[in-house]
Amino acid sequence: MTQGKVRAILHIDMDAYFVSVELLTRPELKGKQIIVGHPGERSVVLSASYECRALGVKSAMPMSIAMRMAPHAIVIEPSQGLYSMYSAKIMEIFREVTPLVEQLSVDEAFLDVTGSIRRLGPPEKIGQMIRARLRSELGLPASVGIAASKFVAKVASTGAKPDGMLVIRPEQTLAYLHTLPVGALWGVGAKTETVLREMGVTTVAQLAQTPQNTLSRRLGATGVHLHNLAWGLDDREVETEREEKSIGAEETFAIDLWDEDELRREILHLAHRVGARLRAAGKVAGVVALKLRYADFSTFSRSRTLPVPSNGATELVAAAEGLLEKLGPRPQAVRLVGIRAEKLGDAGGGMQLSIDPREEHWRQTEVTMDLIRSRFPAGALRPASLLDHGQKEKKPEQGS
Amino acid sequence: MKFSVEKDVLAEAVSWTARSLSQRPPSPVLSGILITATNGTVSLAGFDYEISAHLEIAADVATEGTILVSGKLLAEICRSLPNATATIETDGTKVTLTCGRSRFHLATMPVAEYPELPVLPEVTGVVDGEAFAHAINQVIVAASKDDTLPILTGVKMEIEDDLITFLATDRYRLAMREVHWKPSQSGISTSALVKAKTLNEVAKTLGSAGELKIALGEGNELIGFESGNRRTTSLLVDGDYPKIRSLFPENTPIHATVRTASLMEAVRRVAVVAERNTPVRLSFSGDQLSLDAGTGEDAQAEESIEAQIDGEEITVAFNPAYLSEGLNAFSSEYVRFSFTSAPKPAMMTAQSSLDGQDSDEYRYLVMPVRLPNLPN
Repeated sequence: MTQGKVRAILHIDMDAYFVSVELLTRPELKGKQIIVGHPGERSVVLSASYECRALGVKSAMPMSIAMRMAPHAIVIEPSQGLYSMYSAKIMEIFREVTPLVEQLSVDEAFLDVTGSIRRLGPPEKIGQMIRARLRSELGLPASVGIAASKFVAKVASTGAKPDGMLVIRPEQTLAYLHTLPVGALWGVGAKTETVLREMGVTTVAQLAQTPQNTLSRRLGATGVHLHNLAWGLDDREVETEREEKSIGAEETFAIDLWDEDELRREILHLAHRVGARLRAAGKVAGVVALKLRYADFSTFSRSRTLPVPSNGATELVAAAEGLLEKLGPRPQAVRLVGIRAEKLGDAGGGMQLSIDPREEHWRQTEVTMDLIRSRFPAGALRPASLLDHGQKEKKPEQGS
Repeated sequence: MKFSVEKDVLAEAVSWTARSLSQRPPSPVLSGILITATNGTVSLAGFDYEISAHLEIAADVATEGTILVSGKLLAEICRSLPNATATIETDGTKVTLTCGRSRFHLATMPVAEYPELPVLPEVTGVVDGEAFAHAINQVIVAASKDDTLPILTGVKMEIEDDLITFLATDRYRLAMREVHWKPSQSGISTSALVKAKTLNEVAKTLGSAGELKIALGEGNELIGFESGNRRTTSLLVDGDYPKIRSLFPENTPIHATVRTASLMEAVRRVAVVAERNTPVRLSFSGDQLSLDAGTGEDAQAEESIEAQIDGEEITVAFNPAYLSEGLNAFSSEYVRFSFTSAPKPAMMTAQSSLDGQDSDEYRYLVMPVRLPNLPN
């Protein structure tokens, strides 16, 4: 961070993004209770309109609970392609303001506009201009938080919601922060909140007054970090390039799973997804990690280094199955399984050939599958042992 | 039981036996070394169900008997003893080890619970220990260290009469080494898959001196090695080893001979700019081998060395680690590369002079890296 210079950071967060995008094509639903999510048993709320939020519905909440809170809500199945399309347009508008854009997710980003002030005016004017453009060009509402640090800007945009803007000037930062509950701090999740509550800390003001030593004893490095945040100290820069450190996929089963064959099929399925994403990103994985969550939510993660970095599903599967074997017999039904490719390297360095020509054939088959899938809808092509699996999703009662 | 022996002899014997003990013994008694004193001889034994070790030393035995003590502890004690005669003596369930002015008391474990050691199968033949050790060192380079495919962590031993062929691969390189031996009966034809780790240990501790006896059990479940007063047995690896012998090409129209040390140095230098797992490119052309690594955007390195090339020009890329590890296994002045065509694998063999013939006693084959900009 540049010493002495006060930064102007914007945190822009689209309001009920998925819902807003869906409303573009069905304006008649405006003002209604809407939930975007799969209607399935185990799926979660991806986004809820503010009319639903008033009833207590939140994103990431299990669908079943959300439906109990808002029984009259209209459930819309998510249409993925649309969200990333609008996301690209949103980010384009941001990048016209400043190249210093750190995209956090499809609908959320930090902008460092310190250098744009001379050209475009004070930060609040820039914020209003962006909100106006999002509204007029895309028809999407957004909330903007403005502050001298990323973290306070993020807190501010939360305070501005929905469809608003909140500026927290450096001199107002502490006074504002100290009115908030600890849960409002970026990085305080349910676990940390519980620990803090046990210590008698429920507000940011209390957190600021707790000695740093006490916090670090209970929370380690997080404690020190949170204490700094409670005093408004955050010098993290807006990072324009977020190099992907890992690529993963996981699946929560509709019904906890005992069947070992079914588990292995899901691993194969996930490996193909991860492999395709690695190839699309031009990466190879050096390490493969397997994650297994049992019915009681106990979670196990194991990883291993591949003999040769790879982005082939065959190699990912072999490693993941080896890890599964090492975990021993399943003591409980499996709730979730995940595969993650780590220690990513560039795929451009060439491919180590093996004495087994089948490996090369598989690799070429997978590249061909990528090509076909890019022209035809997803799911058109998959390994034979997954064919059954695909149908199963639609017909859960179907055996073998 | 009571016996005395020089500290050095005891320490060496205990440390060798303790090496065969498992880090995580399958049962508590298997963390022990079984010591048996009989008329003028003391034997030490260790076992972990997979590998057994047994050795005998001459000692001054006052009272015969058998005890079982912690191998790890005994090895640590022996290492720290002063130079003097060591005496081991039982006293009820305790053992006392005296050496010079130091005295140690150790607990014993019940001897009755110790399992029977597997019997060394009948000796099948004899090989020169040093030749065996050299062969093993050359071949295990290519064995896999990844236990996803347990079969490939083994070395395949194929015995045809008076010739043993060792084969190893981790899918990206292969090594084949031939060693002559003296079978106890002619016409023998058998094979065994032995863990590379076990063979390495045998080569290190039994290969240094004189003859090494090899014993392959009936039905090939077990292999035994014996040298001097030491013997060890190991379970064989189960499974079908891939047929890799045929992957060594018979007809190779392209040959290139280079000085082993020069190439090793050049690969080491050029590989500095090759990031993890990016290849080094070798171009054989004219009377030169040019090496280069790195990409245009990042750092690059080049170097050329003299080469005698026979056949058309060829450019191939390899993982530098596979190349160096292979070169390292050659003790010859020159090494010959043989190719059928690019991007086919390269076979490396030893050659003593630039114009001489190569020896195919040891063959190391590296699979290339397919570069995105090279035609298939």
